[in-house]
Amino acid sequence: MDYSMQDLMAITAMQGFAGLSFFSVLLLMALGLAIIFGQMRVINMAHGEFMVLGAYTTYMVSTLAAGLGPWATEYYILLAIPLAFLSAFLFGMLIELLMIRHLYHRPLDTLLATWGLALIMQQGFRSIFGAREVSPNTPSWLEGSWRPTPMIDIPINGMAIMALTVIVTLGVVWLMYRSRWGLRVRSTMASREMSAAVGINTRWVDRLTFALGCGVAGIAGAAFTMISSTGPTSGTLYIVDTFLVVVFGGAGSISGTVVSAFLIAQGQSILEFFLGSSMAKVTTLLVIIAILMMRPEGLFKSKVRR
Amino acid sequence: MNNALQMLLGKKGLPGLLILAFILLVLFPLTMDVDSLNLTGRFLAFAFVAVGLVLAWGYGGLLSLGQGLFFGIGGYAMAMYLKLEASTPEATAIQTTPGIPDFMDWNQITALPWFWEPFHSLTFTVLAILTLPALFAAFIGFALFTRRVSGVFFAIITQAMVTIATILVIGQQGYTGGVNGITDLRTLKGWDIHTDQALVVFYFATVVLLFAVIALGMWVLSTKYGRILMATRDQENRIRYSGYSVAYFKIFIFALAGFMSGIGGAMFTLQVGFMSPSIIGIIPSIEFVIFAAVGGRLSLLGAVYGSLLVGYARVTFAEAFPQLWLFLIGAVFIAVVMFAPYGLAGLYNTHVRPRVEAFLVRMGWRPGAPPSDTPRAIDPQAAQEARK
Repeated sequence: MDYSMQDLMAITAMQGFAGLSFFSVLLLMALGLAIIFGQMRVINMAHGEFMVLGAYTTYMVSTLAAGLGPWATEYYILLAIPLAFLSAFLFGMLIELLMIRHLYHRPLDTLLATWGLALIMQQGFRSIFGAREVSPNTPSWLEGSWRPTPMIDIPINGMAIMALTVIVTLGVVWLMYRSRWGLRVRSTMASREMSAAVGINTRWVDRLTFALGCGVAGIAGAAFTMISSTGPTSGTLYIVDTFLVVVFGGAGSISGTVVSAFLIAQGQSILEFFLGSSMAKVTTLLVIIAILMMRPEGLFKSKVRR
Repeated sequence: MNNALQMLLGKKGLPGLLILAFILLVLFPLTMDVDSLNLTGRFLAFAFVAVGLVLAWGYGGLLSLGQGLFFGIGGYAMAMYLKLEASTPEATAIQTTPGIPDFMDWNQITALPWFWEPFHSLTFTVLAILTLPALFAAFIGFALFTRRVSGVFFAIITQAMVTIATILVIGQQGYTGGVNGITDLRTLKGWDIHTDQALVVFYFATVVLLFAVIALGMWVLSTKYGRILMATRDQENRIRYSGYSVAYFKIFIFALAGFMSGIGGAMFTLQVGFMSPSIIGIIPSIEFVIFAAVGGRLSLLGAVYGSLLVGYARVTFAEAFPQLWLFLIGAVFIAVVMFAPYGLAGLYNTHVRPRVEAFLVRMGWRPGAPPSDTPRAIDPQAAQEARK
C-alpha cells in the first residue's frame, strides 16, 4: 500500500465525490423516512419500494418522451422529477388511508404490515415492468464529466443529483420548520389531543405527512435512476442503510439525518477504496452499531422528553 | 415446579400438544412419502425460530428482525462439520491442496483456517450449536438492553446485524463458501445423510427436539420469570421501579430465542444437505416473523402451525402461480397484522374455542358452566393505551 501524498489526495477527492452521489440518494431516501419515522413513528419498510416507484415513473416519462422527439429526451427529466414525487405522494396517501391509519397505536405492527406491502409492490413492479433492470435515457447535458486536474474525474450527473438534493433538503426543512403546515405537523406529533382541540385536522396532517415522506422517496428514485439502473428489488438494497441513517442521526432531527447520511456515505465510500466494497460496508455498519450502543438516541438528541 | 407441571399437563396445554404430536408423529409419517416428509421437516426447522420469536416478541416485546443470524450460526456450524467430513484427502485428491473443503481450494486457500479446525470434532460441533447462538444473542442483548435500546430501534439494529452477517459470508467466500454456501454435504459419522432412512430419522429427531423446545418455552412462561417478562413487555417502567433489573430479563429471553433458532438451523442443514446465505438474510429473517405472526404471536404451538402453513402455501403457490405468490404472502401478512394480530391462535381463541368448550359441556364431557376465564391474549398496546 504505497500511495504518494498526491495519490491520496486524488483518491480522497474521487472517492469523496463518489461518496457524495451515494450521500445524495441516501439523504433523499432518509429525508422521507425522517419525516415518516422521525415525526410519525411509523416504520415504513416499503420506503424503498416508494423510491422504486419514483424511479419507474422517471423511466416511463423517459420512454414516452423518446417517442416525442429529441427535444423531449433532453428535458423530460424536468417533468419526470415532479411526476415521480406526485406518483409516490398519491400512492402514499392511498396507503395511509387504507392501512397505516389503522396502525398508529401499534408502531411495531406498521413495520410488519408495510413489509407485506413491500412484497406486493415488488411483485407489482415485476409484473408490470419485468424482472430486468431498466434505466431511462440520460439527457446529453447530464453526460460526461468535469476534470479539474488530470487525476480527478467528476461526473456531471452526480453534480446534478447533488443540486437536486440540496433543493429538496432546503424545501423539506422550510416545510417542516418554517411553514404553518410544518407547525401543525409538529404540534400534532407532540400532542394529538391538544392539536385537535385547537382546530387542527389531525387526520389530514397524518395523511399529508405520510404522503410527503413517500413523495420525497419518489424524488430519491428519480435521482437514483440517473446514476444506476432500476429493478423491482432495488429498494430493498437501500432500506437497511436508510433506517440506520435516520436512527444514527437521531430520529426526529433533520440536521442529524443530513450529518449522518454524510458520515455514512463518505465513510463507506472512502473505506471501499482500501478494503473492497463488502468489507467497507461491514465496517461502516459495525461502527454505526457500536456508536448506537453508546448513544442509543443517535447523534443529535431530540430535546423532547418522553 | 408444581406450577410448571400444571402448565404442561393442565387443561390448557395438553390437548393442543397431543393434537400437534398426533399430526407430526403419526398422521404425517403415515400419509406422506419421504420427500414430503423431508419438506415438512424443513418447515419444522424454521418453526424452532418461530417458537423463539413467540417467546422474545410475543411475550417479551422484543421484535428481532435478525433471527436468521442465530439460525445461520447453528446451520453453518453443522455444515462445517459435515463439510470437513466430506473433504477427506482421498475424496478431494484432485485439488491443489487435498483435505480442505473444495471452495477453499477454488479460492486459492492452501491451509484450513484456524476457526474451522475444531469442527473436525462432532462433540465440539454439537456444543457450538447449543451454545454459540445463545452466547451471541446474549452478547447482543447485553449491549443493547443495558443501554435501554428497545422497540423499533432494536428491530432495526438486529436487521443491520443480519445484513452484516450476510455480507461477511458472501464476501469472504474462501472461508465460508460465499453466495453458494457450503454444499455437497454427504455423511454424518460415515452415515449417508441423503438416504430415505436418514431423512426419516432426521424428521423424527426434528419433531422430538421441537417438542422439547416448546416444552421448555411453556415451562419458562409458567415460571415467575415468565410473568415478570410479560409485565415488562406491558409496563416496563413499573417493573423497573419495582426493583427488577429489566435488561437481564430481556437478555435471557433473547438468548433463549437464539438458542432455539440455532438448533433449528442445525436440523435444517442436516435435512437439506447444504447451508447458504440465502437462508439467513434479511428476507428470511422477516419471514420467520411472518411464521410467528400467522400462527399467533402469543402461541408456541401456533408458531409451528404458522411455519407449516406458510411453508406449504409457498410450495403449492410458488409452483402453480409463481407470479401470484408474493402478492398472496404480502396480502396475508397485511391481513394478519391488521385484522388478526394474534394470528391463527387468536382467531381460534375468540371464534372456535368458545364453541368447542360449549360443545364439550353440552355433550357432558366437561362439567359445569362454560369457563369464563379471559383469554390470555391481552393486547399489550391496547392495555397500555387504556392505562394512559
